[in-house]
Amino acid sequence: MNLALIFLITIFSFSLFFYGRSKSKSLSIENNYKLKALPKFYGYYLVLWCSLPSLVFLLVWTLFEPTIIKSIILKIAADQGAIMQDQNAANLIYEKIKAVYLGTYFGDIDSLLKESALSYAKFKNIFTNSKIVLIFLIVISSIIYALKKIKSNNKARDDVEIILKGLLFVSSLIAILTTLGIIFSLLFESIKFFSVINIFDYLFGTNWSPQRAFVRDASSITAAEYEDLKDAFGFVPLIAGTAFIALIAMLVAVPVGLFSGIYMAEYATKKIRRVSKPIIEILAGIPTVVYGFFAALTVGPFFRELGENFGLTVSSESALAAGLIMGIMIIPYISSLSDDVINSVPQSLRDGSYAIGATKSETIKKVVIPAALPGIIGSVLLAVSRAIGETMIVVMAAGLAANLTINPLDSTTTITTQIVMILIGDQEFDSPKTQSAFALGLTLFIATLILNYIALRVVKKYREKYD
Amino acid sequence: MTKEQRLIKRHRAEKRFKFYGLFSIFLALLFVLILVNNIFSKGSSAFMKTVIKTEIFYDQELMEVENGASREDILDADFFDVTIESLLKVYPTNGLEEEKQLINLFSTDAEIEIKLNFLENNNIAGQKIILEITASDDIDQLHKGNYPRDLPEERRRISDFQLKIFDKLVDEGKIEKNFNNYYFNKGDSRDPELAGIGGALIGSFYSILICLLLSFPIAVLASIYLEEFAPKNKITDFIEININNLAAVPSIVYGLLALQILLSTLHMPRSTPLVAGITLALMTLPRIIIPCRASLKAVPPSIREGALAVGASKFQSVFHHVVPLALPGTLSGTIIGLAQALGETAPLILIGMVAFVVDIPTSPVDPSASLPVQVYLWSESAERGFVEKTSATIMILLSFLIVMNFLAVYLRQKFEKRWN
Repeated sequence: MNLALIFLITIFSFSLFFYGRSKSKSLSIENNYKLKALPKFYGYYLVLWCSLPSLVFLLVWTLFEPTIIKSIILKIAADQGAIMQDQNAANLIYEKIKAVYLGTYFGDIDSLLKESALSYAKFKNIFTNSKIVLIFLIVISSIIYALKKIKSNNKARDDVEIILKGLLFVSSLIAILTTLGIIFSLLFESIKFFSVINIFDYLFGTNWSPQRAFVRDASSITAAEYEDLKDAFGFVPLIAGTAFIALIAMLVAVPVGLFSGIYMAEYATKKIRRVSKPIIEILAGIPTVVYGFFAALTVGPFFRELGENFGLTVSSESALAAGLIMGIMIIPYISSLSDDVINSVPQSLRDGSYAIGATKSETIKKVVIPAALPGIIGSVLLAVSRAIGETMIVVMAAGLAANLTINPLDSTTTITTQIVMILIGDQEFDSPKTQSAFALGLTLFIATLILNYIALRVVKKYREKYD
Repeated sequence: MTKEQRLIKRHRAEKRFKFYGLFSIFLALLFVLILVNNIFSKGSSAFMKTVIKTEIFYDQELMEVENGASREDILDADFFDVTIESLLKVYPTNGLEEEKQLINLFSTDAEIEIKLNFLENNNIAGQKIILEITASDDIDQLHKGNYPRDLPEERRRISDFQLKIFDKLVDEGKIEKNFNNYYFNKGDSRDPELAGIGGALIGSFYSILICLLLSFPIAVLASIYLEEFAPKNKITDFIEININNLAAVPSIVYGLLALQILLSTLHMPRSTPLVAGITLALMTLPRIIIPCRASLKAVPPSIREGALAVGASKFQSVFHHVVPLALPGTLSGTIIGLAQALGETAPLILIGMVAFVVDIPTSPVDPSASLPVQVYLWSESAERGFVEKTSATIMILLSFLIVMNFLAVYLRQKFEKRWN
């Protein structure tokens, strides 16, 4: 239905383009005046007026129609004696009514359902018809308006450009909308979560076992039940595990990345640079699920066997394997960023150092690196933020149980792993378990935001110094 | 320490330092090599499948299909007896247990294969035909050499009796490797020998298509606005901060966003490429805007000024001159963004693309998997056959990514103008 409408509007407005173009031309000849814009702009003008208002209307209508119909139908059903204790029961009844209407309902259809389904059909019909009529009216009235404007020989180009500029502005607003969407969707569920679980129990609890809240309705948890739940959502083991794996990753990525960045920037011949830089950047382009597969199937078992040879018990989901592979994934981020930063250190600093007899490595260690340090720190911070937000490697290669451990051979879990484990498959809504995933997401979002903010500030401040 | 000694020491330090750098690069390259080698050595065998040449007797009494039966009738007909009778003739068995073991050498789809062959050649009723029947996963892995024969029998999935049959069949040349068409044209399955990436390929295609259709126009329009038209004010600054932050938000957060807004609030269908495409588009948008803006910025102001000087409006100067010149950079940024989206897994897991989908999707609102999610799903399966399937899927995924990245580099190098 909607697609057909959109198609019709599009076809119609495109044909209007030719009408507007020739109309403005003939008007100028008839009335003997000079057009204030090229004829094609009058065409564009018509197209925009015909399509934009009706499409926006269609979008708004489509977004709100289901909600409005739902509230009307539920009200009718309630008037007829349907019992709806809460939102869930109401949703269930509504789904039943819709299923009866679509003919996919297989239970007994009582008179209440039948009546409601009939009124559902009626309202659906009314809404569809009025939608078509309204769109028709909107198209007609906006075309009449636009034609009137064309007849008065308006500055069509300026008008078209103002409308288009508005479109450009709206597209750039999508970024703000996305951010708002993220914040609201995370906050919405997190607030529900924190209204059940005390935020301090969450932040400082040392035990994470959300499965204990499996099928509990958040709205009806008693004080006694809360005592039981209190230490099910302790965040400390998750942040510890996340930080631990990120630390291992950094221990791999920082030296390797930094040294390769230095080599690329200071020593490498053009030829080596041209070959090795893209190959290292392949590491950044490999999907993380591939690393996860490699870590879980090859590196994990390899470490376990290696440990067995030395008489050590290594978990096959050890933090070491996940951290090592994550570190390798991060190498290119550090190497290419530090390469850029080192390249932007002015040559005069190096020349000064060479002039007093320093070797190349001394110059790098004592002059270039200190000058580039803020940028390097910024790149490391960005890498840390990437490490704590990384999901697939830890989901596949790190453990599920929240152990508080500093043994790299043991298995630990991370924030992202837990989010995936809670939300994979079917979730029961309104359970603190599901909501806790959003609370974790919010924590992760804030943590990465802060890290990125600091990193960008550090990098920016440094850049200003030499530019 | 004399001057000379100190100099030698300093030069040694210099060499050491240089070596560290070279070694680091070597380590990184070595890892790329290990990873690729590991995946390819595990995965390349998945493109072949093992078949057993078997004589099938289309016995009219067993088939319950009359001469000249319609296509539907044949599809409905029971070929179970024909299948069992024919398969049991492969090797003399003794007792039910051995019969079962013999049947288990073949894929669970053997009956369907026999039926489909009958459908294609309708006039073979009552005849004996030699068919290549797909072998079961265990035999497939054994034949490819991925399965250790020297384990004691109780720890093997293949019994001694089955091994005996297998060896005899190999001696008789009845076991062959064929191109694995199932891998490309079937959906997911619990049986490794029948599992394919057909569904995941289509799912990924739809997702990326929707992602492209949404993110590319919006990203280009937004970057044109920010680079060419936006006044320097608080709103513009705020938009820019937002874009930079969004580019660094972990992808799983977009999964949470999609779960809450697209699935819970707007009630879009779960597990579908439509939702996946929208989610990926939101995620890719800032990652495309940033290179788009860079390539717009790289167009020198003289181009704009030249257009304005001959009477073009600001819009005409931008759309007729700046945008076409920035197009190569814009396109290559978009392709790289799409390549990232193609490999993205975490947000897709949250919107339910991990559902077990056997059917191949025919539209973007059918439930489906996608390539990276298929990798994740199969990697969780215990069967040996899924290891090679997972690796092969990674190979397909990586080759797509390589092609996309090469295309991006090519576009940039071939068409981008250097201004200096």
